[in-house]
Amino acid sequence: MTISDDIPVQDIDILIIGGGTAGPMAAVAAKEQNPDASVMLLEKANVKRSGAISMGMDGLNNAVVPGHSTPEDYVKEITIANDGIVLQKGVKVYADRSFEMIQKLDSWGVYFQKDETGEYDMKKVHHLGTYVLPMPEGHNIKKILYRRLRRHRVKVENRYQAIRILKDNEGNACGCIALGTRDADVIVLRAKAVIMCTGAAGRIGLPASGYLYGTYENPSNCGDGHSMAFHVGAELTGLECYQINPLLKDYNGPACAYVTGPLGGYTANAHGDRFIECDYWSGQMMMEFYNELQGGKGPVFLKLDHLAEETIQEIEHVLHTNERPSRGRFHDGRGVNYRQKMVEMHISEIGFCAGHSASGVWINEKGETTIPGLYGAGDMASIPHSYMLGAFVYGQICGENAAQFIEGKEPAELDMAFITSERDRILAPLMRKDGIPPSQFEYKARRLVNDYLQPPKVTKKMDIGLQRLKAMEEDIPHLYARDAHELLRANEAQHIFDCAKMAAVASQYRQESRWGLYHNYVDYPETNNDDWFCHVQLYKTDEGDMACKKRPIDPYVVQLDDAEKNAYQQLRVQAAG
Amino acid sequence: MPTASQISMVPVIVDEEKCIAEKGCRTCIDVCPLDVLWINEESGKAFMKYDECWYCMPCEADCPTDAVTVNIPYLLR
Repeated sequence: MTISDDIPVQDIDILIIGGGTAGPMAAVAAKEQNPDASVMLLEKANVKRSGAISMGMDGLNNAVVPGHSTPEDYVKEITIANDGIVLQKGVKVYADRSFEMIQKLDSWGVYFQKDETGEYDMKKVHHLGTYVLPMPEGHNIKKILYRRLRRHRVKVENRYQAIRILKDNEGNACGCIALGTRDADVIVLRAKAVIMCTGAAGRIGLPASGYLYGTYENPSNCGDGHSMAFHVGAELTGLECYQINPLLKDYNGPACAYVTGPLGGYTANAHGDRFIECDYWSGQMMMEFYNELQGGKGPVFLKLDHLAEETIQEIEHVLHTNERPSRGRFHDGRGVNYRQKMVEMHISEIGFCAGHSASGVWINEKGETTIPGLYGAGDMASIPHSYMLGAFVYGQICGENAAQFIEGKEPAELDMAFITSERDRILAPLMRKDGIPPSQFEYKARRLVNDYLQPPKVTKKMDIGLQRLKAMEEDIPHLYARDAHELLRANEAQHIFDCAKMAAVASQYRQESRWGLYHNYVDYPETNNDDWFCHVQLYKTDEGDMACKKRPIDPYVVQLDDAEKNAYQQLRVQAAG
Repeated sequence: MPTASQISMVPVIVDEEKCIAEKGCRTCIDVCPLDVLWINEESGKAFMKYDECWYCMPCEADCPTDAVTVNIPYLLR
């Protein structure tokens, strides 16, 4: 196979990378703002069925609906759940626009559960407020989004993996270089603004099953955006605040506090006793979960066997038709029936995800990263606990702001030397006759993450982990791919590898413990607000290395009183001890 | 660096009687988020080429002839 020197270049105004949840909304918002702008949605899979909601979603976890909660209540709840380390302005903007987004989706045909009076049927799952809105028919949401893309004439380019963001000589983002996953063709997309919506980094750790693709997140969300952000020089934040979620043992789908909780299901220990007061996901809740899992009353179970037949049927309908519908098949294979016994639970591998924790590419309340012209939304961007609705709201914010940013801008001059050297680097595994298969390289990196980087975090272990990962850098020039598909995996593996190193560097920098299990640093077991009440930003040094610095917390826009600050510290049921 | 191939039991099964890929249908191949379904050059039918499955089910749900079945991968069963 020979490499042609003709790399095709396509010009567009706004490039959106990732067509899952935030991406389609960003594309529609950009078109609504400026119908004349050319907008391209680039997707590694196919926008019809891509991302975290490929099979739909069973509910909104964070709906701020008038009459049930106020944006101020919500900002407080998320500030407390995240131990104070939040860009409150960013959370507030989400909360202010949350209800309007629900109404927009409703008008597009997304069905939200309503009560007998026609009002949204809100459920309480969080520790303090009421924010959960079920979507029992949420399986069709991707279809609804796709229809909107067609209507707004958004250009869709499927089966291309974005690999590096391009920058012009003034430091603005000006497009990306991408790899075709079917034909191994390298293309350049030149744009006046770029919005990254690449989802969580869900393939950093290894699931307990050992199956590389049995991850909590859709495994196509492997951290492409996190790696691209680092390489282009954008700051990432909170990477030490890992995502770790409760799930059904071996079936890496959510164990569904949000679905079963409002219907009477709960998390129990082996004795069938409740041990946490609130199943809403926070680091503190995960710490209690982990302790119970490791302790004499473990493992942990999802308890539904006390519920009435019709309630169980309702739960089965939602859980087995939405979001992760192969769950019923998984239970059938083991002869598990919710009516008869509790279902074993476990915790997920680590990841970066702003949807459930706070780790990701830094964005402000306008969706801007630290690189001009580069925006981020959804699970990869840093607004904490934002879930699906947050992805929609920030997708919309990014689309609107990018449409304004491009006004009067001319196409940038491309750095051809960088592009050709990247092209050669991207295609190199295909040029070799033998070497290290991407699956082995990936397995090794992810196994090292499990061995040395997942909590409880210990300095010496993280030192060894980072040292072993750095030794793997010498393996990269030996990666070997036999076809375009394996080349995709080889490039994904390098992004995963970057994320693994970032997890170690950020974790070692924050010398305290915070967010319960997420950053349970054994050498520094206490939370230290004097020195560490700040964001930790990871960035690329002039030499190309990973480094961290502190970023002060912006002044709060919603104040907390002292009693509220500790609400999430007292989650353990007292009787359970 | 010599390499070897290992066999793997794959979770997605395509019923070749029902599959109409030889008539140009590419639905399951198009919707797979992991891009692991391909055309078998000999039979013209779809099959799972790479054992990299999230058992997410768009291939099964969207197949116009009900030819696709998604099983839970063996390691998870």
